[in-house]
Parts: sequence; C-alpha cells; structure tokens
Amino acid sequence: MSPRPGFVLEVDRSTPPTLFWHGEGFRFEQLPEGSRVVYPPESLDGLADPDAAIRHALEHPVGDSAPLSALLKPEMRLTIAFDDVSLPLPPMRRPDMRQRVVEAVLDAAAAAGVDDVVLIAALALHRRMTDNELRHALGDRVFDAFAPHGLLLQHDAEDPAALVHLGLTEQGEDVEINRRAAESDLLVYVNINLSAMDGGHKSVATGLASYRSLKHHHNVRTLQHSRSLMDRHHSEMHSSNWRMGRLIKNAGVKIFQIESTLNLDMFPSQFSFLQKREWEWSLADRAGFHSTRLALDHTPPRLARQIFQSMLSPYAPTSVQAGEVEAVHDLTLENLHRQQLVAVEGQTDILTMGLPYLSPYNVNSIMNPILVACLGLGYFFNLYRGRPLVREGGVCIISHPTPWAFNPVHHPSYIDFFEQVLADTTDMFEIEKRYEQQFATDPWYIHLYRTSYAYHGVHPLYMWYWCAHALDYLGGVIIVGGDRAAVRRMGFKPASTLADALEMAEDIVGRGPSITHLHAPPLLVADVS
Amino acid sequence: MDVVIADDLAGKRIAITGATGFLGTALVERLLRCVPGSDIVVLVRPGRRQNAAERTAREIIRNDCFDRLRGELGGDFDATVARRLTTVAGDVTNDGLGLDEEGKAVLASCDIVVHAAASVSFDAPIDSAVEVNLLGPSRVATTVNDLVVSHRPTNAPPPHLISVSTAYVSSGHRGDAFEQPISDSPYIAVPDWRSEVEAVRRARSDAQADSRTPARLAKFRKMARGELGAAGTALLAKRTERLREDWVTDRLVELGRARAQALGWPDAYAFTKSLGEVALADTKGDLAVTVVRPSIVESSLADPVPGWIRGFRMAEPVIISYARGLLKQFPGTPEGVLDVIPVDLVAAAIIAVAAHGPGSPEESVYQVASGVRNPLRYGTLVSLCEAWFTEHPLYDTHGQPIVVPQWSFPGRGKVQGDLRRASAGLRLAESFVKRLPIRGDLAERALWVEERRDLAERALGYVELYGSYVETETRFRIERTLALFDSLDETDRKAFCFDPAVVEWPRYIREVHLPSVVTHARARTSPSKRVTEKRDDRTRRRILTTERRCAAFDLEQTLINSNVVESYGWLATRHLTPLRRVQLAVELMVEGPHLLAIDRRDRSDFLRSFYRRYEGAPADRVRDDAWELFSDLLLIRAFPGAIERVRAHRALGHPTLLITGALDFVIAPLRPLFDEIVCASLGEKDGRFTGELVSTPPTGEARAIMLGEWAASHGLDLERTVAYADSTSDLPMLDVAGLPVVVNPEPKLAAIARRRGWPIEEWERARGGPWVPLAIATRRTGPRSPAPRQLGSAGKDWKGVTR
Repeated sequence: MSPRPGFVLEVDRSTPPTLFWHGEGFRFEQLPEGSRVVYPPESLDGLADPDAAIRHALEHPVGDSAPLSALLKPEMRLTIAFDDVSLPLPPMRRPDMRQRVVEAVLDAAAAAGVDDVVLIAALALHRRMTDNELRHALGDRVFDAFAPHGLLLQHDAEDPAALVHLGLTEQGEDVEINRRAAESDLLVYVNINLSAMDGGHKSVATGLASYRSLKHHHNVRTLQHSRSLMDRHHSEMHSSNWRMGRLIKNAGVKIFQIESTLNLDMFPSQFSFLQKREWEWSLADRAGFHSTRLALDHTPPRLARQIFQSMLSPYAPTSVQAGEVEAVHDLTLENLHRQQLVAVEGQTDILTMGLPYLSPYNVNSIMNPILVACLGLGYFFNLYRGRPLVREGGVCIISHPTPWAFNPVHHPSYIDFFEQVLADTTDMFEIEKRYEQQFATDPWYIHLYRTSYAYHGVHPLYMWYWCAHALDYLGGVIIVGGDRAAVRRMGFKPASTLADALEMAEDIVGRGPSITHLHAPPLLVADVS
Repeated sequence: MDVVIADDLAGKRIAITGATGFLGTALVERLLRCVPGSDIVVLVRPGRRQNAAERTAREIIRNDCFDRLRGELGGDFDATVARRLTTVAGDVTNDGLGLDEEGKAVLASCDIVVHAAASVSFDAPIDSAVEVNLLGPSRVATTVNDLVVSHRPTNAPPPHLISVSTAYVSSGHRGDAFEQPISDSPYIAVPDWRSEVEAVRRARSDAQADSRTPARLAKFRKMARGELGAAGTALLAKRTERLREDWVTDRLVELGRARAQALGWPDAYAFTKSLGEVALADTKGDLAVTVVRPSIVESSLADPVPGWIRGFRMAEPVIISYARGLLKQFPGTPEGVLDVIPVDLVAAAIIAVAAHGPGSPEESVYQVASGVRNPLRYGTLVSLCEAWFTEHPLYDTHGQPIVVPQWSFPGRGKVQGDLRRASAGLRLAESFVKRLPIRGDLAERALWVEERRDLAERALGYVELYGSYVETETRFRIERTLALFDSLDETDRKAFCFDPAVVEWPRYIREVHLPSVVTHARARTSPSKRVTEKRDDRTRRRILTTERRCAAFDLEQTLINSNVVESYGWLATRHLTPLRRVQLAVELMVEGPHLLAIDRRDRSDFLRSFYRRYEGAPADRVRDDAWELFSDLLLIRAFPGAIERVRAHRALGHPTLLITGALDFVIAPLRPLFDEIVCASLGEKDGRFTGELVSTPPTGEARAIMLGEWAASHGLDLERTVAYADSTSDLPMLDVAGLPVVVNPEPKLAAIARRRGWPIEEWERARGGPWVPLAIATRRTGPRSPAPRQLGSAGKDWKGVTR
C-alpha cells in the first residue's frame, strides 16, 4: 500500500486524546469536539539506491547546466559548500545525505584530476560546527582527507579578508559573500532540503553571506511580508535572495546546485508512535508512549535533553536534483510538496501546536525562550501555503516548557538580548532601530562567533524578527506549560493547561471558536484553501 | 536667703570640662540661654583631625540642643556664642590638663570650674576609667590650685570647683545613702586610691606582656586566620595585632569589673568615680570643692526641649532591643526603683550650686536623684514601655508591627545563664558554618547564625552591665539638694527647677522619653515598607557610573566556576585514550583535597608546584587546545552575569583588569574583555613547556599593590577602583579598592562583606549549559590540522584514501 496522504481529522466523542509535543516530553490533550487535527502524510519510500541517484543527478543536470564531470578541469579552483548543523532535524543517521553527495562530487573531481578543492560549511551567522559535527555530516573519509590540511573551512562572516562584495541588486541590496566561493571556477552547493524555505538562491546568498548582505532580507519589514516563508513566491525574504542570487550569477560565479529531499521518517523505531495517528497506535505504540512519558517524568531535564539531542533520525532521501539553481529548486519544491503538502479547508480561530525539543538553532544545545518563539511563530506558523491556518486576529496556542535557560557557549548574545533588550521592549521595529547595530557589531560577540561556537551577536534579533509575520497577524499568543516569567518577558500569555489557554483565547476570538491542531513534527505544509 | 541665679552668676566666668558630653552640652546651653551675664570656658580635648575649637563648633554648638537658643537669638546667635564662649584645648587625662600658656591664663581667670568630664561607659577598661574618673577630678583641682598661685591676681577669690560624680558611688550598700563624703560612710570600704592607681597601671603592662607570650600570639593568629582565611601576611598580622589589643582591653575590663565588685561596687564606673571623690578630697588643698552626684541621667524633661538627648545612653539600647523584640528577658524586681533623673534637672542643680557658691564644708555634696522623693518603679517602667510600644510598635523589614515580649522579671542569674548558654551554642554553630564549603546565596543566608549570636551576646552584655542598676536597693537621699531648691526664689524655681517631684513619670516616659529614644534610634516606626530599590539595581547604580573608574577582576569563582586544576585536567586528557583519560581525571579528583589544602596555605607555592605538571607539553598544541578548552569548559562554567558586568564597565569606558593565577594560554580567549591581563606564564624550550613559571601572578598584598599601580597608570587613585573577588585570599585587594565587590562569597567573606557594607553579587552559571561533571576534554577524533593552510593536492589526497 502506498503511503497515505495527509489527513484532517475532526475530533468527535470517540477520538482519543491528541499527542502534543512539549519540549523534551509530551502532553496528551483531549481537544474539544469539533476541533480539527492536521496530520502529515505518511513517509514516502526512500530512493532504492541513493548513491546511484546522486551520480545520475550529477551527470543529468536540470536547467541550463552541463553535467558535473564536464565542468571539472584539473587546474580549476573547486569549492564545495554544504548546509550546516541546522539541517536536517533531527540529525540523520550516518551516512548523512551531505556525505553521500560530497563523496560523489569528490569522486568526480578526483577523476577529473582537480587539485584545488576546498570544503566550506555554509554557516552564515550560525555557530561553527564542532569537529564531531563535521565528521558526522561529511563522514570520516572526507573529514580526514580535508580537515587536517586546513581544506575544510567554516564560513567566517566577520573575516573581511574572506569576503568579497559583488555589488548591489536593483533594489540596492549589498551582495557580499565568501571570497573563496565567489572566486572559485566552480561552486558546488550541497543542500539538504527539509523544508520549502531552504535551497534555491537562498543557499549561497544567505549561507555564504555576511551581515552586510543578510540585513537586507533578515529584517522586520521583509519578514512581515514573507507570507509564508515556506512559499517562496509570496515571500519577500525569498524575493530578496533571488535578486541576490541572480546578481551572484551575473557576477560570474558559476554555481552547480545539488538539492536533495528527505522523506518524513523522522524518528527512530522506539518512537514510532510519533509517526502515527493516535487512534491507530498499536499496543506496542501505546506501551512505548506511556513508558516514555513515565520515564521522562522521572528524568532530570538536563539528562532528558541529552537523550533527545542524541536521537538520530532514519531519514531516507526521496529525490536528488542537480544543475542550475532555479531549475533544481523548482524540482525540489515539487518533491517536497509531494511529501509534505496537506490540503486544509478554511482557516481556524485558534491554532494549537506542540513544539518539540529541537529547532534549527539548538542542535546539541538547549531551546531557549527566543528559539521557542521562533520555532512556533517563525517556523510552525509559516507551515502554510496560500493562507495561514489561523485567521487574522486569531490566537496561536503553543505547548512548550520554555525554560528561562540558555546555552552560554552557543547563545551568549541571546542571554543579553533576553535579559536586557526584551526587558525593555518587545517591539521589533523598536529593537531593530535601537539595538540591532549594537548587537551586530559587538566585538565580544564577534570574537565568540569567530573563535568559539557562538551564534553571531545579531542572531537572537533575527530569531525575534522571524516571528514578525505571525505577531503582526495574530490576535494573541498563549504558551501552555511554559516558565511564566520567560513567557511574559516575550509579551506572551502563560497558561497552565490547554483548557485554560482555550478559555483565555476565547476572550480574543469570541465564544465557541474553531480550533485546529497542527500535528507536527513530522513536518507538513498546510495548503489552506 | 534668696538666691537669684542669673544675678549671682552675672559677670562670672565658668569653666566646664566634658562639655562635649551629654550633661556638659546641656550645661553649656543652659548657661548661654538662662544666665546671660556669664561667660563660659570649655575645656576640650583636641581630636585627631580637629582642633579643640573645631570640636566645640561641631560637637557642641551644632548639636540640636542649641536649636532653641538659635531660634531665640536669630542672627545674634553666632556673635553671642563667639562673645561668651571660649574654647581651651586641654585633656583631663594629663597632669596639668595639657594646657598651653594661653589656656592656663584663661582657666586661671575662671570663677567657677565645673568638672563634668567622665568615662561614663560601664565597661571601659579599668585603666582608662582610672585615668579619667579617678584621677581626673584631682588633676583639675591640682591644676586650678597651681594656677591660683601662678596666674590669678592675689586679691581675687579662689575659684569654686564643682565636680560631677554619680549617686552610685554609694550603691554598694542597701538603704539610705546620704549627701556626705564617701569616706564618712561606714558601709563603704574605700581602698587607698594611690595603690589602686599603681595596681591598675601595672595591670596594663602585665596584660600587655601576657598578651605577647608565644602561646597567646599563636592563638590570636589562629583566630585571625579563622576569621580571614588566607588573606595574606599583612592583613593577618593587622588582624592578629587587633585581636591582641582587644584581648588586653577585655582583660582590663574584666579586671575592673572584678575589682569593683570585690569591693562592693556594681562596676568599674561607680568604683572609679568613688575613688575619684576620695582622691579629690585628698588633693584639693584649700580649694572650695562641691560634689554633685546625679543618678542615671536621661533625656530632658523640658529644657531646652522635652526629650532632648545626646548619644545612645544606658537605658536606650535596652529599650530599643526590647521594642525590637530582641531582648526577651531582663532581670529585676517589679517593686525595685530605677533611679532616673532628666538631664535638665541635673544641669539646673549644678547651676544653682554654682550660684550658691561653696558653702560650709558640710555642704560639699549634693545628690540629684529621684528615687526617694519621686520613685519610678521598675515594674511601672516596664508596663509603660509595653503599653507604649503596643500602641506605637516598631516595624520589621516586612512592614509588620513587632510584638514586644512580656518580661517575667526573673532573677539575674537565670537570665545570664540562659543567654550564656545560647550565645555559646550559637558561637559553636557559627564556627561550624564558617567552615562549610558553601558559597554565594547559601553562604549569605547561613550568616543568620552570626546575627543571632551577635544579638545573644549583646543581650548578655546589657544584662551583665545594667542588671545591677535595676536591682539597686540604695536610697539616694537629697535633703541638701531640696534645701538648696527651697532657697531659690519663685522665678528661679521655675527657670532652674531641679526638684524631682516635678517629673510625672507616666507622662515623662510616654510623651518625652520613649518618642525621643525611638527617633534617636532611627527605628522603623511605620508599616510602609521603605521604597527600596532591589539590591541588584542599587549595586549596579553604585558601581556602574559614568565617572571615570577602573575595574579589576579575579578569575576563579568570580568570572568562572572553575580552577587551574580543571583546566589542566582538560588539556591533559585531550590527547589520551579513553581509559587513560578517565584514569587521569580520577587521579586528579583523588588529589583534589590535598591540592586544595596547599592552595589555601599559599597560593603562589601551589601554582608553582602544580604548573610543574606542564613540563614537556608541546606548547603550540596546548595553546591550540586552549581555545577548545575555552568553549568546552570555561564558557560553560562562566557566570554570564560576570561577563556582562565586565562588558558594562567597558561600555562605560572603564579600563578593565584581570588578575589571575591561571596560565596565559588558558585565558587567551578572554583577552578581548580586558585592557590588561596579569596572569602566569610558563617557560618554553624547544617548543615544549619547561614547567617553570617565568612570571608569577601577584597574590595577597602584591595584588593590592598591583591594583594601585595599575589604577595610577590610568591616572586614577585607589578610590576610583572597583575590585571583584570571591575569597578571603583577595582581602588585601578588596581592602584597598575604592569599591570592593564580593562575588559568590564563602561564609567568611560574606560575613566580612556584610560588616563592611561591601556589595555582594550572586552570579550563577547559565542554566542551559550542558552538564560537565568532569573536566575531561571532548575526544579529539582525528589528526590535528597543521597551522599553515595550503590548498592543493586535495584531489590526490582524496584518491589516496581508500574506503
């Protein structure tokens, strides 16, 4: 039987309680009758022979591109850029898709006798990857061949010598990207496209750019007009990236884009209940769920976090396409939608969601309150095409423990942003005006970004901006089961239970509201009519 | 005979000793205001910073005692004071009073000398009590006699000396105590005062010698160490010496009390005052001397204003401790009489005696006391206080009224016994708490033990000191004083009233004394919680100012919760096999207590010996690894609050300094936070560390000196330095800094900080950091990349690697 598509369940008297993610744990909630639950489609089967598919894609590029082997010359400068630790989520079991693709590209390069090859992690303003993370993403063979010789680099957006300014777009946006990448004869970009937001021109124009360039699309106005971030044709953020991408192309940077999509096989077998619909849970699933919940209730949060963070997903690739950026990306979106799109009829007054322990920015780290807001309002809220799942002025109810806790190594500027800036104001335009420059240019943050494993100083502001569209659109945000002080600090309302949250939401949307629960992850994109 | 005081004293010059005291000030004010024709000379001891005239202006004239006169005279006040009041520098503890020529001339010109200087503390060391109370009066008498011969015109009548003593000179016996020289009393055994003086002087030198025996010195040193920890030689020496001096003082206090009680007096005060009277009688020669003996002098009944009081006197601390609910019991019998007399009555009596002039030799003693004519029962006083404080309670820090305890009038022995046991127990608990390895908030909270101990000891002190005064059964007779009062004319009886019968005790206690005491104690009298800033905000505001400052930081436990041993452990395990890594970590853990002990004893020694372990380590590799150490251990263990503070200082333009015993490569990643770093660095030979320190970081006093030099290099003096540190070993630096800030202190340092009012910061590690139970490096999973980055041959490399 082929995998079933996504499904919208209407809750009735016989519906069992619904599973809500709740950080490093779960809530089991009985939704009011008449509520809808949007389930993702079932996971598609992976490619039977991914390596063969990759080789095929490299030699049969789409769009205006020659096969990779034809582009490789012995004397050339070849740079291979790849997505960083923020993808995929959770990290996939070895071999990582990047490893498979990079190895294939290197094989081709070696066959062509290319000597000058450099690998670059496309960090943008993210933290550097640790050796272990690089090793996991690229495999031991690649790591050991390149890292010891200093040929495995991590993009440094604060090293003026390692950047080059390529010009301004027709809208006056600076395009400044990694010099080595820009000055190579060929730049191969290796993507993992977990969501529709990633890939396309955003890969190079964002992943290898500097603050000077990023600020043109990572700002409040642009993000307010990215509706949604998962729908590039209606996303200002993507439009800006596309303008930059075209400028990069026109500046003579030759890019060979490789994008791959994954199925929705996100969780290992012991968590199989996470992949299923509650009323279809087997006895083993039920036992698995209850024993997991029981165990988690008695596990210290730090240990629970470590357990969840070490979870690797059995993802399988569903497609690989290579060649010219835009043609590749169109194909990628098609493949992604095949797996993730769920048709939903009409909007809702109240959108509920349970957030997991992981966002793109806390791999091997803790999900601090700003990342909770970002994942809920920046990512999950944007998991739509057409219209948001929730109506304008509606309420978003998020379930997450939202601890007032930060990783001091990864998120130093988050601490200051949360303790100082949000204590002062939560208004994004105000923050952008008064604080962005300071956070972006702070020498201590830059020092930590470059030499330690810290996100760039301006990153917490970007994560806050990421909520711009949602906060502009929604009538209220309620966080269930969160640290009250932390929730209030962000200007949201804390609630102890979902029932309380629904009562509170009625004050905003009126009596007898319609309720829709986004049953993710696994990820889905709601195609709202 | 009717005496008209103002007329009698018109044109007279009156010298007063002890004018900066409670009674002295009242006397000066009364004379200035009510005897306009008189001139006043005050004999004032020059202070350390101020000369005698400055002390007069500051400590006498500026007192609120003169507010009434200032109001009455308006603009003429200063001129009047300048005209009528002369200051002479002098000291009653010196033979000849330490007068200069001019002083001698001025004193010689006086017609009346009132000697009111006394050491009124009941627990003064016996030698100083002897100098002031015993020898003071006879010194004054001798000096005046000498001046009569040398400076006074022969035709002028000799001055009249009025010596203020205390009624309690005769408190050694029960029953009536008459206005007669003590030597006339059959119930008082008066020893030879000269031998007492000699014995006391000898006692001091004996105590001094005793305090310097090796055993004692060792004990003081141990105590100092117990209090300050490894605070460095200089501070420990200072503290040791202070403890020694305190011990000598305590010995002399104890000696005084023992000697006084052996001879029947309640304390050294009454004892030395008694002998002072005897000595005065022995040495006065032809001088006309009158002794005035007030009982317990308390706040004024009416003059200059009701309730005027100066200083915290005998009853006040007891009353306030009672009102705060701290003194749960006080001995005494409800029927007992507490002989209290308002200060204005005493001043009036002295002035009347002065106007009356020296009478017959039988008229040489006047007692000013209330106990016989208008007794205040102890039980009445207690119930008045209870009623008043129930109606006007003091409030605790939460804004709740404090309920005053009910005293059950137990015996002194029981109260003292209870309190002694309590304070001994608390002392034990305190010494235990101060040894606990706790820090920060916990340590601060543990200090309540110290607080309770302090309270118990204070209560015990009050009971021991004042207990006997509420148990006195002596009746101080005042017939002669009353006769003098009766001889006054109607106006003077009103203007200079000193008949104790005028005091309505309930009214005096309720409306005059208690309100005054409460105001004086600055006690919290309203339920509203003071609108106080949060401690954090207040501290920040004090420290982070735009004025030019510089800030010095210690590293371990101040900025990061880690130490040199952990850093070493991490670096050393970085390139080991998993088994060896665990082995080494366990070895270090086992060694931990021993290392800690060496560290406590001497930081420099510890660092020198510990850093030997780096011998032979490849320098470049270690330097490289240190950057990972920073991310993998130090940053996780850092206090974000501390880093934020360093940055806040920098943002204000304050230069910042890091002083640490850590190695240079370990703290290299912290460099951007500091303008200057003083740390340790290792010698290097052939690319490997030698294990020897080429620069030793300053510890102890050296840190204090270095802080001063560094501040000076920025053109700032020590006043402008802010120093952050966490342990008593940094005390020398904290001590000299303009604004010392204590970070997550141990109990010892927390106690010191609280006593000195130093701000305390509680900085904690970021809550979301990973759990790092052991300082073991993340395993390096591959060969290190050599520093020079050469492109090329990647393809070949790739080809060479087999799957």
